[in-house]
Amino acid sequence: MAIFEARNIQKRFGAHIVLENISLSVETGTVHGIMGPNGAGKTTCFHVLTGYHAADAGTITFDGRDITGLKPHRIARLGIARSFQMMSLFDDAAVVENVMLALPAFRTKSASAFARVFDDARLRSAALAVLDQVGLAERAWEKAAALPYGDRRALEIAVALAAEPKILFLDEPTSGLGTDATRRLARLIRDLRQRYTIVLIEHDMAFLFELADRISVIHWGQVIAEGTPSALKANKWVARSALGEVA
Amino acid sequence: MITLSDIPARAGSPGTPAMVLFLALIATAPFWLEAIGLYDYLGIEIAIWILFALGFNLLFGYTGLHSFGHGAYLGTGAYAFGLFQHHVALSLWGGLAVAVLAGALAGALVGACISHRRGIYYALMTIGFGQVFWFSAIKLHGLTGGEDGLLGIPRPDLVLGPWRVDLDDNTAFFWFVALLLGLAVVGLWRLVTAPFGRVLQAIRQNETRARFIGYDVWRTKWIAFTLSAAFAGLAGGLFAMAQESAYPDVMSLHQSGLIVMMVLVGGGLVSFWGPVLGVVLYFIARDVLGGLTETWLLWYGLMFVVMVMLRPEGLAGMLHTLRPRRPNAPIASLSAAPRQEPG
Repeated sequence: MAIFEARNIQKRFGAHIVLENISLSVETGTVHGIMGPNGAGKTTCFHVLTGYHAADAGTITFDGRDITGLKPHRIARLGIARSFQMMSLFDDAAVVENVMLALPAFRTKSASAFARVFDDARLRSAALAVLDQVGLAERAWEKAAALPYGDRRALEIAVALAAEPKILFLDEPTSGLGTDATRRLARLIRDLRQRYTIVLIEHDMAFLFELADRISVIHWGQVIAEGTPSALKANKWVARSALGEVA
Repeated sequence: MITLSDIPARAGSPGTPAMVLFLALIATAPFWLEAIGLYDYLGIEIAIWILFALGFNLLFGYTGLHSFGHGAYLGTGAYAFGLFQHHVALSLWGGLAVAVLAGALAGALVGACISHRRGIYYALMTIGFGQVFWFSAIKLHGLTGGEDGLLGIPRPDLVLGPWRVDLDDNTAFFWFVALLLGLAVVGLWRLVTAPFGRVLQAIRQNETRARFIGYDVWRTKWIAFTLSAAFAGLAGGLFAMAQESAYPDVMSLHQSGLIVMMVLVGGGLVSFWGPVLGVVLYFIARDVLGGLTETWLLWYGLMFVVMVMLRPEGLAGMLHTLRPRRPNAPIASLSAAPRQEPG
């Protein structure tokens, strides 16, 4: 069953058409990869799917519900979490607070002006448990700005996980990471795929072909091919467009 | 570098040393103000401006929304208090309630028009609306008394059951203002350390991320603006009592700039207590430098310039660096608190 479906999405900025016609369908419990050359519209596609930009045409459904045109915070509350390619954290705050803020239990509490934050044992252990998943529990009380690059990438994912999402959108999680860190991240995502539906933009083709169940190839604002990694390896369009080097 | 978002040593508990010191100082001020060459009325002014400044910093420092037109809500509170006394009833609580409501309402209206903006556009719109209020106060002669303002605003007696306290006496009025200020400070401290306050700070740090983890950023910014305007309204009501008048100058751009300057000089961007230090420094400078030279504002202004150039984190930041070095003390002390290790 498709948990997330986009139909004929179009997005223009002025006269410039960035997304011509994007359709994709994500099955529950799978990893759906999105690949394509620089400037193909991958990140814009993510921005539209998660409500950062409104689509000019097309429909988006999630969990049987039309979410086209909903505000980002509404979409997030339905169970769609995302990470950002350019890391987007709360830099002045402690690592644990970055995660805490994203917990739905914290959000419910935030309506109250007088509830406790850091001495609430349940919130704290929930946040620490999320950090433990990405291997950051040890650094929980450091400032987010003080973390090394790879750890910031991991925190970026932890913040998305803390939201207890039904589907996880990860925008180039390996960007800027060395081989070791990339390998660690692959292991993390392999863990996560047991529990989450994941949509993954990725530049690193080996990484993507290894992890994804299905892949949509985006070029010129359109999906030019779609299928399982092995099917794509055989696809002449993908093979020809220099995207298929790894394949 | 410290920031407002460092985890407070005893999160959520108002019993910090700074809080105890502050409450002790305002509770005893009339006993020592004269001994150090000051006077009760100055205490009243300082207390009122601290109230204004702390409410303002909820928006300015904590939420990172730069309002340069907050005099408008101070003035709205002052006029509302005066109009209530003149036209409705002679009532202390009635007047103050109306001052708070008027400030909040004005803030809610303006907040609704600007909360989708950020940065320089937000700041410009606050100035624009501030000027609208100021101009209206001058031009709505019949209501506001024009440039003369509302004169002869009484200080109604404080009535508590069988007690009746005459607030015309400056010492008595100081106690009253100090009591309200004490309550406000404890309330604000709880607010900024509670989840709501942490969300305000999250919005300051990264509006986009806050939105994508499910926070209604527009609504939160609007609430912050309305709340800070309500505090300004309360301060305005008290200011009308202190001055026994309300006049357009309270709403002027100059006045709105003054509160920004006080908060910055004091260190409102790095500490809850920054605005308090800033207000105290300003009024002491006015009285001490003002006693020496008519051009005191020039020297104060120069000090502001030097401060922003050399120590942008203000007085509170300077005090912080003077404290014995305990790197990351608040955070470390919390990690030592009992926590369930996952797994």
